[in-house]
Amino acid sequence: MSNLLKKNEFYLVIVIFALVLFLGITTDQFLDPGNLLELFTSYSFLGTMSAGMLIVLISGGIDLSFTATATISQYVMSTLIIEYGGNIFIAYLIGAGVGVGLGLVNGLLIHFIKKHPLIITIATLNIFNGLLMYFTKGKWIYNFPMWFSDPHDVMVFESAEGYIYPITLPLFLFFIIFVITALILKYTKIGRKIYALGGNKEAARRMGFNIFGLTLFVYGFMGLLAGIGSVSHALIVQTVAPNAIVGKELDVIAAVVLGGASMDGGSGTVIGTFLGVALVAIISNAVILLGIPSYWYQILLGTIIVISVSITAINNKRNMKKEAEINVA
Amino acid sequence: MGESPSYVLDLKNVSKSYGGVKALKNVDFDLKKGEIHCLVGENGSGKSTLIKIISGAEIPDHGSELNIRGQRFKSLTPIKSVEMGIQVIYQDLSLFPNLSVYENIAISEYNINRFSPVNRKKMKQMALEAMKKINVSINPNKLVRELSIADKQVVAITRAIATDAELIIMDEPTASLSKYEIDELLQLIKRLQQKGLTIVFVSHKLDEIMSISQRVTVLRDGDKIGTHDAEALDERKIERLMTGREFENKMPMIREITGQTVLELKNLSRKNNYKDISLEVREGEILGITGLMGSGRTELALSIFGMNKPDSGEIRMYGKAVSFKNNHEAIRSGIAYVPEDRLTEGLILPQPISTNMIVPVMDRLVNGIKALKKREKDALVGKWVGDIGVKTKNPENAVQTLSGGNQQKVVLAKWLITNPKVLILDNPTVGVDIAAKNSIYEIMKKLAGEGLAIILITDEVPEVYRNSDRVLIMSRGRIIDETSPDRISEKELNEKVIGGVLSV
Amino acid sequence: MSLKKTNPFSELYRKYPNFSLLIGLFLLTLILFSFMVPGKFFTLSNFSSIAFQLPELGILTIAMAITMLSGGINLSIIATANLSGIVMASIMKAMIQGQGSPVGLIITLAVLAGFGCSLLVGLANGIIIAFIGVSPILATLGTMTLVNGISILSTKGYVISGLPDGMLFIGNGSILGIPVPFVIFAVVALLVGFWLKNMPSGLSNYLIGSNETATRYSGVNTKAVIMKTHILSGLLSGVAAMIMISRFNSARAGYAESYLLVTVLASVFGGVDPSGGFGKVGGVVLSLFILQMVSSGLNLLGVSSFISVTLWGVLLIGIMIVQKYQRK
Repeated sequence: MSNLLKKNEFYLVIVIFALVLFLGITTDQFLDPGNLLELFTSYSFLGTMSAGMLIVLISGGIDLSFTATATISQYVMSTLIIEYGGNIFIAYLIGAGVGVGLGLVNGLLIHFIKKHPLIITIATLNIFNGLLMYFTKGKWIYNFPMWFSDPHDVMVFESAEGYIYPITLPLFLFFIIFVITALILKYTKIGRKIYALGGNKEAARRMGFNIFGLTLFVYGFMGLLAGIGSVSHALIVQTVAPNAIVGKELDVIAAVVLGGASMDGGSGTVIGTFLGVALVAIISNAVILLGIPSYWYQILLGTIIVISVSITAINNKRNMKKEAEINVA
Repeated sequence: MGESPSYVLDLKNVSKSYGGVKALKNVDFDLKKGEIHCLVGENGSGKSTLIKIISGAEIPDHGSELNIRGQRFKSLTPIKSVEMGIQVIYQDLSLFPNLSVYENIAISEYNINRFSPVNRKKMKQMALEAMKKINVSINPNKLVRELSIADKQVVAITRAIATDAELIIMDEPTASLSKYEIDELLQLIKRLQQKGLTIVFVSHKLDEIMSISQRVTVLRDGDKIGTHDAEALDERKIERLMTGREFENKMPMIREITGQTVLELKNLSRKNNYKDISLEVREGEILGITGLMGSGRTELALSIFGMNKPDSGEIRMYGKAVSFKNNHEAIRSGIAYVPEDRLTEGLILPQPISTNMIVPVMDRLVNGIKALKKREKDALVGKWVGDIGVKTKNPENAVQTLSGGNQQKVVLAKWLITNPKVLILDNPTVGVDIAAKNSIYEIMKKLAGEGLAIILITDEVPEVYRNSDRVLIMSRGRIIDETSPDRISEKELNEKVIGGVLSV
Repeated sequence: MSLKKTNPFSELYRKYPNFSLLIGLFLLTLILFSFMVPGKFFTLSNFSSIAFQLPELGILTIAMAITMLSGGINLSIIATANLSGIVMASIMKAMIQGQGSPVGLIITLAVLAGFGCSLLVGLANGIIIAFIGVSPILATLGTMTLVNGISILSTKGYVISGLPDGMLFIGNGSILGIPVPFVIFAVVALLVGFWLKNMPSGLSNYLIGSNETATRYSGVNTKAVIMKTHILSGLLSGVAAMIMISRFNSARAGYAESYLLVTVLASVFGGVDPSGGFGKVGGVVLSLFILQMVSSGLNLLGVSSFISVTLWGVLLIGIMIVQKYQRK
């Protein structure tokens, strides 16, 4: 039981549970399945990218350029399907491809320079964004082909009263991606090596782990998910704009960190990240449903981030003090 | 010689140059199967380079011949080395703190069949079998970061033998262990030998070298000085081989201490650190405090130094009660603390020597507008570099450009600049060459002669015996005995220290 | 050992390799663009325009750089500047009623209030980082979000505009021909540079960046140093805000968001080691000039500002690759 108490996810569950309870009582809309489905659909692109960021943080790195990667994927995808047609599968494929490509650029640079992924990805963010703005001139895209605006629902539930509850494709992908990420981290050797890399980079090198390959995988995967998430985003809002996603870097990082991943690397779980995304989503929903002016959202989010990371830091300090105790006679 | 099957390793004519410097000069080195062989040498002797060549981390110069289990190589790679059954356990252990014990032990599984799924059951099995082989038992599900250093050491060794290693090389494995844990480790190493493994043990601790090895190879300045049977050696001989010099001064000092009491502790206690500590130190006196690791000595020292506020009891300086809010106040009052871990706690390696030297006294070197007086600073640094003998061309160079012994001198200088009344030395000669060690002892005695009160905390009984006027023995946070070199022999002191842990 | 001809240039390069590179780049950029855009680049009006635009970015960059010296970072500088500007502008608008109002006094009070506010944010950062022990990225990410939220809440997204003339002078006026913002920037740079080089509390930042433990064991109150540095960082954000709102004649949440990444860029480009321990104000200032000249020169050449941004990113990667080889 004491093991459970130590885990960050446990506290997160309690907070979310409390929020859910509170909202369930004070509003009638929150617990409505339609509301929840729509909420999670709207957060599916953030969630998808969080899974990528989780792996990056576990490996001991960080990536601030993924929003530009996502936006570029969106633009390339949109331009191509508007020009040449296609279907939803091809759209996702293009987005994924562009995302992986840009992610691999990050991976190469970070491996070659060997330090400071934060600064490197700030640089690539500028490069990607700069080029994007130059070539697109900031134009929005909204003249998608008809099939793009069709609902792409994987499953549909119908209630007794005839209400329709769709599991949209973005939402479905969000869940699938989380499951795949969890499987990678727990059951594949590459996933375990990523944990090892984040835990002790030098030891990983001495063990003969292919650091180059792992780095490419980590940042390539982030790019892949940024690309996929960006297509989901385009599907949901049916528009592509240069500044829709750029600027949200810290939202994604916040969700992953709230979920218990450490900035130092070596720790973090998919469940935690999911809970982090859920928390952020629920707060934004709460603000709307409770009629709180939307200006309060940032304040709430900021306060929660500050409190959460402070508690984690204080807990860590306490644990370290305990380890240094002597059994005095 | 050569391809004889009883030799697991036979290196001939191994050289290694870095730029223009030859770290290894035509060294021959052989290992008999099943022996425990000690590799000994000062810092810069080439022993780390030799290890790296054997482990495949470095490629030797042309002309070097590596014969391993009958096969001849010009050089090795890390993977090839492991294939040949060689495992190196580095001083930092190279473990993954965020992974479990069994995952660390069986981690080699991740280098084979890279795309197949993880088989935890198999890995746990591997770990348990490996632990059983050498008769150790650690909870396989615990995360490595939760373990004690001794247990981490065991996990590192278990990992080495889990891969069917034939040769295990251990680099200074006993550095952070208590006497008790060291004994356990040496027993474990003997068990490994019984299983048929060959062990190379890199160390500078003469008593360990003597107690466990069959043969000893001594390196000095890249040359092999010789390989001898351990039976034919003693401490003095090894020292002479390692340094090329003889060192006198193995006798304890017996002196008359007449100075006044500088520091006095009365019933000092701190929860989970130490209890009821009373002691006094006089001007010109060297008070040795020894004991096993984890006895609370460093915690006590930090309390005197203002970094670890005690719960109850008194600290008095020159009879006056003092209470320090932080170490800055302690320094002002004349307490100086030279920490055990020079690299992390004692020096700021990338910064200049001069800066390192004046950090504790920065606020004494400022003018009216609180800016540093550059000329005074330079003069002060220049004087001390000369006085204490730091070998450097330019005091603005980074401290990391200095050798270990010189670095320790910078640390000493830094604290002496603060004009202390009490100097606390916490294991000051860890990782220091024998020559530099003796030089530090000289400096210590000279300072005491000039009236400085010194507290010498050390794990090494010979060191405390030969350099202290009085000796306190601590165990589990308490002082369990007090004696002095004129009352007992070094051997008796050793027995008291080891025996102490059982009687509390 | 080969004997190299020692001339003053190679001496300078040997002692300060990074700085010399920057001076070289500065001169190169100056000459290059002067030739590429003759008659337009090397003109008073161009340099004057740079001298007006650079200071607010420059002060913000210094605010960022000082926190990086100890191995940390301050992601909240822009948010803090915006909030500070909003405070200043709000007070001015609210208290200046008509002809009779003591405008000078009100401006002074408003500016001081803005400084106080930004100082408080710096204090909060300092406490969370130094005393609670949260990593600087996370701590300042949190405060950045919070402060942005407060800005949005208090302005409801609207712009506060129409500042008194006295205030406008700060951002747009000149003293003896030198733009006021530039004077402020020069004073800030000199003072901070002096503090970092000669005063224990400033020097300690480098020490902490290289090894916090050893610095602490040497008697330095590392927590206090980090606190002070963050408070200063906050204060500087407020100073930048003062110039910003004066130049834009308005304040709102969300100005200058793109500046954040540029401040990191300019700091690293100017020699600040992101791991901490090294970096000089002089280098940072030079790098700012270079980046600004590149941007302005390209602008005059008709190159899109987006390409400038891209180029900055490439330059940053370039400098990191160069640093990697220097390390070997």
